[in-house]
Amino acid sequence: MTDALRVDRLGVAFDHFHALRDVSIRVARGESFGLVGESGSGKSTLLRAVVGLAPITSGSIAVDGEVRAGQRRSRAFFRKVQMVFQDPYGSLHPRQTVDRLLLEPLAVHGIDGAEARIRRALDEVGLGPSFRFRYPHQMSGGQRQRVAIARALILEPEILLLDEPTSALDASVQAEVLNLLEQVRRDRGLTFVMVSHDLGVVTHMCERLVTMRHGRVVEMLTAAALATGAVSNAYTQELLRASKGFVRAG
Amino acid sequence: MSALPAAPRQGRRAWLLSNSPASRLQARLGRAYMVWLRFSANGLAVAGLAIILLLVLVAIFAGLLAPHSPTLGDLAGARLLPPGTPGYLLGTDDQGRDILSRLIYGSRLTLFVVVLVAVIAAPVGLLVGTVAGYAGGWLDAVLMRITDIFLAFPKLVLALAFAAALGPGIENAVIAIAITSWPPYARIARAETLTVRNSDYIAAVRLVGASPWRIVLRHVMPMCLSSLIVRVTLDMAGIILTAAGLGFLGLGAQPPTPEWGAMIASGRRFILDQWWVATMPGIAIFVVSLGFNLLGDGLRDALDPKEGAQ
Amino acid sequence: MSPLLVVENLRVAYPARAGGIIEAVRGVGFTLGRERLGIVGESGSGKSQTGRAIMGLTAPQARVTADRLAFAGIDLARASPRQRRALRGGRIAMILQDPKYSLDPVMTIGRQIVETLRTHQPVSRAAARRRALDMLAAVQIDDPERVFGLYPHEVSGGMGQRAMIAMMLVAGPELLIADEPTSALDVTVQLEVLNILDRLVRERGMGLIFISHDLRLVSSFCDRVLVMYAGRVVEEIASGDLTHARHPYTRGLLECLPRIGDDRHPLPVLDRRPEWAA
Repeated sequence: MTDALRVDRLGVAFDHFHALRDVSIRVARGESFGLVGESGSGKSTLLRAVVGLAPITSGSIAVDGEVRAGQRRSRAFFRKVQMVFQDPYGSLHPRQTVDRLLLEPLAVHGIDGAEARIRRALDEVGLGPSFRFRYPHQMSGGQRQRVAIARALILEPEILLLDEPTSALDASVQAEVLNLLEQVRRDRGLTFVMVSHDLGVVTHMCERLVTMRHGRVVEMLTAAALATGAVSNAYTQELLRASKGFVRAG
Repeated sequence: MSALPAAPRQGRRAWLLSNSPASRLQARLGRAYMVWLRFSANGLAVAGLAIILLLVLVAIFAGLLAPHSPTLGDLAGARLLPPGTPGYLLGTDDQGRDILSRLIYGSRLTLFVVVLVAVIAAPVGLLVGTVAGYAGGWLDAVLMRITDIFLAFPKLVLALAFAAALGPGIENAVIAIAITSWPPYARIARAETLTVRNSDYIAAVRLVGASPWRIVLRHVMPMCLSSLIVRVTLDMAGIILTAAGLGFLGLGAQPPTPEWGAMIASGRRFILDQWWVATMPGIAIFVVSLGFNLLGDGLRDALDPKEGAQ
Repeated sequence: MSPLLVVENLRVAYPARAGGIIEAVRGVGFTLGRERLGIVGESGSGKSQTGRAIMGLTAPQARVTADRLAFAGIDLARASPRQRRALRGGRIAMILQDPKYSLDPVMTIGRQIVETLRTHQPVSRAAARRRALDMLAAVQIDDPERVFGLYPHEVSGGMGQRAMIAMMLVAGPELLIADEPTSALDVTVQLEVLNILDRLVRERGMGLIFISHDLRLVSSFCDRVLVMYAGRVVEEIASGDLTHARHPYTRGLLECLPRIGDDRHPLPVLDRRPEWAA
């Protein structure tokens, strides 16, 4: 069986800054895969490179066995792969209603039955019809992120890339959004690739993960191994310790 | 009218301010109402709007409002009468024409110039700026260098050159002004585009598979509109002055057209003895320019794109 | 001994756009000695507004009222703007979330620290420079001389936040208000900065108000925690007793975080009750 997503020796450089060097990952169909690291580790750049938002300088990306190079992506590609961004305040067009936001993908791809689809999409993410004609500023952060998820799902993709989808949200809202993501993954049999700096969130959501640092993959491990502390790499150990929280001296 | 019951008014307000509109129309109206609320809270801005509305009304009803003909004067009995003369509220000029009537008809020309320049220059500037900003690379370089060339000339001198080349006349003056006023709009639109093009919401539209044209037209341009509207409104005063300047130099409207700038030009010969001939159109230009400036300032606050950030 | 800070019935209200007012803080009260108090809540709970009101940094259109707001016997509610300025940065200091926005971008770090000190204490330029360097060393910056001459954009987030702490502590404040001091930092850097803060607060015997959304972090850092919801304190609890929290909101906040090695699908979510806000 071909991998849902396969990244081979990928390099990404902005001007002369190497954001990613020689990164390889394989994500199986239906799997939930995590990328963990701190700022500047290149974890978000990897997602952006997959969808053509970052300049690839070397290596290759294959979705469903089909190799994609450069920054061009066909329209069909986006019916397979969609992305949810970190900041729900920045990822929704401030001058467009939810209705308009959800209509756009359908209009671009010439999908009919928009009315029913929009209603169903809002329903699926737990927003009622009363949200349909709101502007982003009329919603809370969690509600906005639900709209962003609805937009990503309305094209019925197979792979969902999640770039820190809950790091801008309050803890209780984070729990709701994580539950929603797990729900849609189960319902639709989606493949997830999730970026986060929070080991707790990643181990909750993903079966396997890699830790990244300075644009490279540091260690690949399963969530179960992480839970038992079976970690070999020093940096991963440091992350694990940091995630346990602050311990007061004396 | 004064006994309008309070309840439906409250209901309409609540409907407009609703946080969960039930239709596209309600969402749009609600948004417009928020802009109006912010705008109307600013007294000077409302005064500016009133001046411009008055100008529009005067232009529409010029035929009814003007007591005399704007072009045919009473050469024998009414030359250079001072303001306040019965029948000639603002006096008459050297041809015996009623200055008030000429100002009233002149408002049509002023409005014509302003609207036409806005309709020609603003879209051109918007298109050039957004395309250059979004595309980047060589297209950006080419478009912006062309813009720079236009910006390198003083506006009035460039307009003069075009007006001289195209021949005198109000239409040519409009074209000349429009040609010289789009570059700043292109600059503004490009600057706005550069700030939105890397935003996540534009990235999200790209991930939908939308074409660059669709992104520029439907997603980038609306973000540039408000600052452009503000700038165009603030520029109106300058446009009126440029038109008046061209008129003054004889390259704009031709006599006997009652264009305000041309009126000042013809009045300058008597400025010491019959001051009102040049002063009255000067005051008209001043008031209308002020009106546009106040309106523009009010719009800047009302259309602030940081809307909703609380 | 009188407490360092007494707050009684603190209220912060903003005029709403559609008329009326929005109360961001609705009757918060506590006393603080030379101890560590945590204020925890989600966005919109009024935790930051509480800190800013004590500091005197609320937006100009806000209306701040309190039955009592006294710092070391000084009535802050009735203090003149001049008096409050003298206190700010001198005896009361505040650390904000992101050093990118709270350090002056066109002034070197060293000069900012020196200026802060000289605003509040009559010390010579040379002495101020020495104290600034000492302070930079105290926040564990390896090469204080070098960092002294750098501009804020030339240092990393963690370094910037340490510089910020140095600047805020250089005048020797008695009360430190830290508003999400580490939320903008990477997790591993967070620990370093917290350790530095922990040591300095302990050594200097300052009172500390630690404002954060992170209940577990706050409880590990502070002696006592106020949990805020919708502008009110819904629960006050000693850090050690967190597991015995009574209010469902506090318990919900603790429960809803995903933890490594525990398998709860779906995660428990908060069932917000209107009576919490009452």
